[in-house]
Amino acid sequence: MRLTAEEEAMLAGERGEARKWALEHQIQVGRMFDAGDMVEVAQAHMMADPESLGEAGVAFVERLAALPEDERRVAVPMLTDPRGVDLSQYEPLGQTEEMAGLERRFVAAARALGIMMTDTCINYQTIMPPVRGEHVAYGDTGVVIYSNSVCGARSNFEGGPSALAAGLTGRTPRYGLHLDEHRRATRRYVVSRQPRELTDWGVLGAVIGQKSGSYWEVPVIEGIERVPTSDEIKHMGAAMASYGSTPLFHVVGITPEAERIEDVGGEGLRPEEIADADLDALREPFGATGETVDVVVFAAPQLSLVEMAQVAALCRGRQRHEGTALIVCTSPGVHADARRMGYVEAIEAFGGRVLEGTCFYQQYAREIGEANGWRRLLSNSAKIVNILGGYGYLPALASMERCVASAEAGRIV
Amino acid sequence: MATELRCHVGIGPRVEGEALVADDNFSARYDLDRIRGVFSRPQHKLAGESYVDRILVMNTAKGGVASAWMLHEMAARGMAPKAILFNSTNTILAQGAALAGMAMCDRFEDGDVTGLIRTGDRLIVDPAAGRVTIRDR
Repeated sequence: MRLTAEEEAMLAGERGEARKWALEHQIQVGRMFDAGDMVEVAQAHMMADPESLGEAGVAFVERLAALPEDERRVAVPMLTDPRGVDLSQYEPLGQTEEMAGLERRFVAAARALGIMMTDTCINYQTIMPPVRGEHVAYGDTGVVIYSNSVCGARSNFEGGPSALAAGLTGRTPRYGLHLDEHRRATRRYVVSRQPRELTDWGVLGAVIGQKSGSYWEVPVIEGIERVPTSDEIKHMGAAMASYGSTPLFHVVGITPEAERIEDVGGEGLRPEEIADADLDALREPFGATGETVDVVVFAAPQLSLVEMAQVAALCRGRQRHEGTALIVCTSPGVHADARRMGYVEAIEAFGGRVLEGTCFYQQYAREIGEANGWRRLLSNSAKIVNILGGYGYLPALASMERCVASAEAGRIV
Repeated sequence: MATELRCHVGIGPRVEGEALVADDNFSARYDLDRIRGVFSRPQHKLAGESYVDRILVMNTAKGGVASAWMLHEMAARGMAPKAILFNSTNTILAQGAALAGMAMCDRFEDGDVTGLIRTGDRLIVDPAAGRVTIRDR
């Protein structure tokens, strides 16, 4: 890889140990993906919940945090993905002191590095959406796919260590989605059944992700008849990334790089129909109508203020069944606004619990499931039902309206 | 007798071990019980199999940025695969391998690596050379 004088200085340790580690890490990754050089980034965003960090990961970040201030501070604005523990209410969820202890240690270390604890996977809706053409180093697959596809920014999936490296060096290896050639369409899908509500958009994204099935495939989608809302396209992207490891999609006439299909080189690709049967087959394992439900979850991605208002409106005047928990996850910023506007109060009056700065699957989902005896889980997120089968849950999928009605009835309606 | 497979230059140290192969995909967060060291997602073709100290041979990496930290955490507890070979990796797993010091290679010249290697094969993985050797075959 070609390095600038500044990068050579970092590699030689002249900018301290942290930046030396970071650049060495980036060169290893860059070589594997044939990066010719580095590209400067405007922001970094790190996924680093204590469940995935573990003791080893927290200790690693603490070692960086113990370095002198000028060596350890991040070089560009750096945000965090959802945390694993809401420190204001972890005991009722069955999370342990050990989990909370790891969380506290990581937060202290991250603050020492100068990281902004935004604790959100919807930073593109709530903090600072990236600009078309802007190079960024984002973690969280949902953040990356939205930022690439809807905003036209340029990011690879940056796992926690690589996002941290990018924060420390202010650059990232120039490969993958930073390059024009990897942003051109490779698969062409034609939609006929129009998605109506959030779960439909998630299911559509899941099917396209499943069909594409690789980080290096770029779907271009035709046939969408109306402009989706930010929340709708958020659910579509998050599910696509979850099922397919997909980091970028184009929707003709809607997303910024694909005003026409020719703009992304998709006109010569074989059109693949998204059949009704494909959409039905995706939902089929997540049916379970009539069965008792232990926990209803709204998360993955965290809820926007608009979604918080929608859930609150559905909760008003109703009560959850005593055998069914309701968990809602949102960012600290949205949480504050939602409390101010009475949405948190309405959800709590229903008997729900609103968690601040976490996301359900990133908060020791297996352990809290075991602690609370939760097996049958219902959500409107196509992403979360894909994940939680591996965590000992029996996940089911339904619209936001049906989720709240099921929490009230104690069984899936 | 040995068979040599060429691949793209990878990440991590040269290692030797026993292959565990599936024509399926991989996510440390979605597919594994990391405490017990087994594949846990019921739909996964390796559900119930232990991956500890094996060389995993899979199709591709999917979903889940968390896998990048998780490989490091698994390796620190001695509950990790020795190496992972993919037809095509994604960025997360490569980044995770770099932090964990785990061997990882992809893009094999002779085609589908999940067909070229069989479960139980003894392998030598040399990421820097872009080479995987199947011993005794």
